[in-house]
Amino acid sequence: MASQILDRDLHIRAIDAFIDPNVPRERAIITHGHADHARSGHGAVLATPDTIAIMKVRYGEDCAGRFEPLDFGVPLKIEDVTITLYPAGHILGSAQVLVEQAGQRVVVTGDYKRLRDRTAQPYEPVACDLMVTEATFGLPVFQHPHPSVEIGRLLKSVADQPERAHLIGCYALGKAQRVIALLRDAGWDQPIYLHGAMLRLCALYEELGVSLGDLRPALDVPKAQLAGQIVVAPPSAIRDRWSRRFPDPVVCQASGWMSVKQRARQALVELPLVISDHCDWGELQQTIRETGAETVWVTHGREDALVYWCRTQGLQAEPLNIQGFEDDGGEGAGE
Amino acid sequence: MKRFAQLLELLALTPSRTRKLTALTQYFREVPDPDRGYALAVLTGALTFRNVKPALLKETVLREVDETLFAMSYDYVGDLGETIALIWPHHGAEGDLPSLTDLIELFNTTSKSDLPKLIAALLTQAGINERWALVKLATGALRIGVSARLAKTALSEMSGVDVQEIEEVWHGLKVPYLDLFAWLDGKAPRPDIDQSARFHPLMLSNPIDEEKDLGKLDPRDFAAEWKWDGIRVQLVLGGGTVSLFSRTGDDIAPAFPDIVDNVHGRAVLDGELLVGKDFEPGSFNDLQQRLNKKVASAKHLKESPAFIRVYDMLFDGREDIRTLDWTARRARLEAWFAANPQTRLDLSEVLPFADWDDLARQRRQGADEHGHEGVMIKLRTSPYVPGRPKGYWFKWKRDPNVVDAVLMYAQRGHGKRSSFYSDYTFGVWKGNEIVPVGKAYFGFTDEELKLLDKWIRANTLQAFGPVREVRKELVFEVAFDSAQESTRHKSGVALRFPRISRIRWDKPASEAATLEDMMVFVGST
Repeated sequence: MASQILDRDLHIRAIDAFIDPNVPRERAIITHGHADHARSGHGAVLATPDTIAIMKVRYGEDCAGRFEPLDFGVPLKIEDVTITLYPAGHILGSAQVLVEQAGQRVVVTGDYKRLRDRTAQPYEPVACDLMVTEATFGLPVFQHPHPSVEIGRLLKSVADQPERAHLIGCYALGKAQRVIALLRDAGWDQPIYLHGAMLRLCALYEELGVSLGDLRPALDVPKAQLAGQIVVAPPSAIRDRWSRRFPDPVVCQASGWMSVKQRARQALVELPLVISDHCDWGELQQTIRETGAETVWVTHGREDALVYWCRTQGLQAEPLNIQGFEDDGGEGAGE
Repeated sequence: MKRFAQLLELLALTPSRTRKLTALTQYFREVPDPDRGYALAVLTGALTFRNVKPALLKETVLREVDETLFAMSYDYVGDLGETIALIWPHHGAEGDLPSLTDLIELFNTTSKSDLPKLIAALLTQAGINERWALVKLATGALRIGVSARLAKTALSEMSGVDVQEIEEVWHGLKVPYLDLFAWLDGKAPRPDIDQSARFHPLMLSNPIDEEKDLGKLDPRDFAAEWKWDGIRVQLVLGGGTVSLFSRTGDDIAPAFPDIVDNVHGRAVLDGELLVGKDFEPGSFNDLQQRLNKKVASAKHLKESPAFIRVYDMLFDGREDIRTLDWTARRARLEAWFAANPQTRLDLSEVLPFADWDDLARQRRQGADEHGHEGVMIKLRTSPYVPGRPKGYWFKWKRDPNVVDAVLMYAQRGHGKRSSFYSDYTFGVWKGNEIVPVGKAYFGFTDEELKLLDKWIRANTLQAFGPVREVRKELVFEVAFDSAQESTRHKSGVALRFPRISRIRWDKPASEAATLEDMMVFVGST
C-alpha cells in the first residue's frame, strides 16, 4: 500500500526523512524555498541546487547541518527507497518529490502550477498511486485569468495615470521575479524599482540565469522621478510609511487571492492583479486526474472542497490538516 | 455594460472619495440617456426587479455547480454576488453584453420561466468584470462603498446645481430620470413635482455628548419629548391618496391598512410607528412581527393594531411649512389635530422640564418605569432640515445596561469582513453551563478585531461551516438597551440592541454574569 510509505506528517518511514517539516529534523527533503516549506535548523537537507541556493541566501550558509543537492529527474536510491525530484513550476527550483518503494509510487507536490513561467522550471506530470497535493486555491471560485491579461491591465493603468507611481505588492521570493519577467516579456523596458527586501533574491535569480532587466533600488530616488514608474515591494511595505516616498501611489497586489474583489477592498488594494503561482481549481482537478492517483491527500489550503470533489470522482481522499498551515488567504502563509 | 462595469469596479476599489466623485461625474457627463439614468438608479438603490432576485441567481448557478462546493465557496468569499460571478463555470467568447438599458429591459420583460436561461447565457457571455457587475446589478447588493448622497453630489458637480436642490426633487422622480438630467444639462426647467404628495427626506438627530454639549445649551431654548421605541415613518396624506414611508422612503402602506384606511385630512406628518391597543405601545417585538409581513394578517390587525405617534409636520395641507421654526410647526400640528380628529394618530407629548438635571431625572425614571429609550431634545427655533444637521435635534438615550457575557460561537463576517470572525454569540451562566443570550457584530477597532480573530482561531473547539464554537473563556462586556423574555432562546431572555462594548481579556469566564443577574433587567422594562 502506497499509504504505508508515507505518514500523514509527510514522514518517509523507511528512511526516517520528513518532507518540508516545520520543526528541525535530522533529515529533511525541501520542495522549495518559501518560508512555510523551507525552515532553518535541519540536520541534512535534500533539495534541488536552486532551492539550496535560495535557502542559503535567505537563512545563511549554515542554515542546515549539510546540504545534499539533487538534480531534477535523477533517481537517488537510499536503502529500498528511491527519491526523484521533478519540477513543480511554482518558483525557481521548486520540486515535487517522488518516493518509490516496492513498486508503489507516492508524489508530494509541494506548491505547483501548470502555466508556463520562465522564472521556474516547467511542471512535469508524474504518475503515482498516492498524491499529496496542495490546495491553496482549492475552491471552484478560483479561475485564474491568464497573467498577460493582468499585466495588460497594469500597463494600461500606468499609461492612463502617468502622474502616479504603481506599487506592486508581492512576495520577495518567486512572485516578484515572475511579475518582473512578465513585465519584461510584455515590453516594459524601463527600470523597475525595488524595495530593499527584493534585492538579494532578484540578484540570485539573475545569477541562476533568469534575466530580469534593469532593476534599481527605490531608496533615495527623488519622488518626482518615480511618477509613471513601477515599483515592486513586499505587501506589508506598500501600505506602510515606506510608500509615502512615492507620488500618489496606486496600490497594486499580485496574488491569486485578488480575484475576490471584497478581499482586495479589505486590503485597500486599488488595482488587484490576479497573478498566481498556484494551480486554480480547474488545474488542480486536471492534475489529479492526470497523475492517475487513486488516493489523494490534500494539504495547504482549502482542503475540504478538494477532498469533497475527489470523493465525488470515486477517489480515496483525506485532508491532512498539517499544523502550522491553517491559513485563511492571509498574506503570511501560502506564499 | 462594459463602461458601467468599469465604473463599478473603480468605485469599489478606489479608497479616495475625490477619485470616486471624479469617476461618477465623468460617467454622468459622458454616457448618454437613458443608460446614465439607469446607472444612477442602480447606484442609489432605486432599481428593483420583480423576478430577478438573489434566489433566482443562486438557483441558476446551482444547475451548473455542485451545491456543496457552492456552499463552501460562499462561506469563503462571503458575498453571494461575488461568489456567483467567480464560480460560474462556463466562459464563451466574451462578446459584449447588452447595454445597461437593454439589460434592465430584458430583466423586466423576460418571463419568470425563461429568466434562468437568460441569466445563464449572459453569465457565460460576460468577461469576468462584467460578470461581477451583472450579478451586482441583478442582486441589487452593490456593497461598493458608494452612498446615494455621493451619486447626487456627483450630479451636482456635473451641473453646478446645488445638491440640496437635487434632494428636493429626488423623491418625486422616476427612473431613468430623463427630466432630471434634462434639467441638470440646462435643457429643461426644474422637474415639476407635487411637493405635498411625495416623500421628503427626514430630519435626523445627533446623539448628545453629556459632558461636551449640555453645558453649552440653554434648556429654555429646547423642547423635549420621549424617544419612542418604534420605527420612524412619514405619513403623506395627499388628498385622496395615503402613503406611509419608512425613513429610507420605502412605501410600507400595504403592511398597515389599519392606519392607511383610517386617517383623515391633508398633510405630511413625521412620527413613530408603534403597535398596541388604545395608544399604549407594546414591545418592539410585536412591531417586528408586523414589519416582517408585507401584507398584514387578520390576526395581527386584531392583536397588534398599529398607530402613529406624531411629532412633527412638514406640510400643512399643501403648504410647505418646513422653513417655519419648531414652535410654529408644533402649533400648526396641534391645530391640525383639532381640526382633523383621528383614531390611529396621536400627538407625542412635549415634556416640561426645569433644567438639564430635571430632564436627566425624568429620562432615568422613564427608562426604569416605562422602558422609554430616552428623550429627544429639539431646538425650538429649528427649521425642518433633511439630513442630520448639527445643533438642532439631539437624542439623549438612557444609559445602556451592561453585562459581562462569555463568547460561545463566532461566525465570519460578510463583505469587507469576510475573512474575519466578526459576528459573535455570547451567553451567561445557568448553573454549570453557559446559555446564549444574544448575538452582536464586532464593534471595535481593526486592531482588536485582528486579535479577537486570532484568539478565535486558536481556541476553536469545532467548526460548523462558517461558525466556530470556541472555548468558553473569553469575556465580553455587552451593552444593551433592554432585555425581554423570549421563548425562542434557550435562556429565556433576549437582548435588545446588544453591542459589545469591551473585550475583557482580563476577566475570567467564571466571573461572568448569571441568568439570575439578567432577570433583573427583564423586570425593569
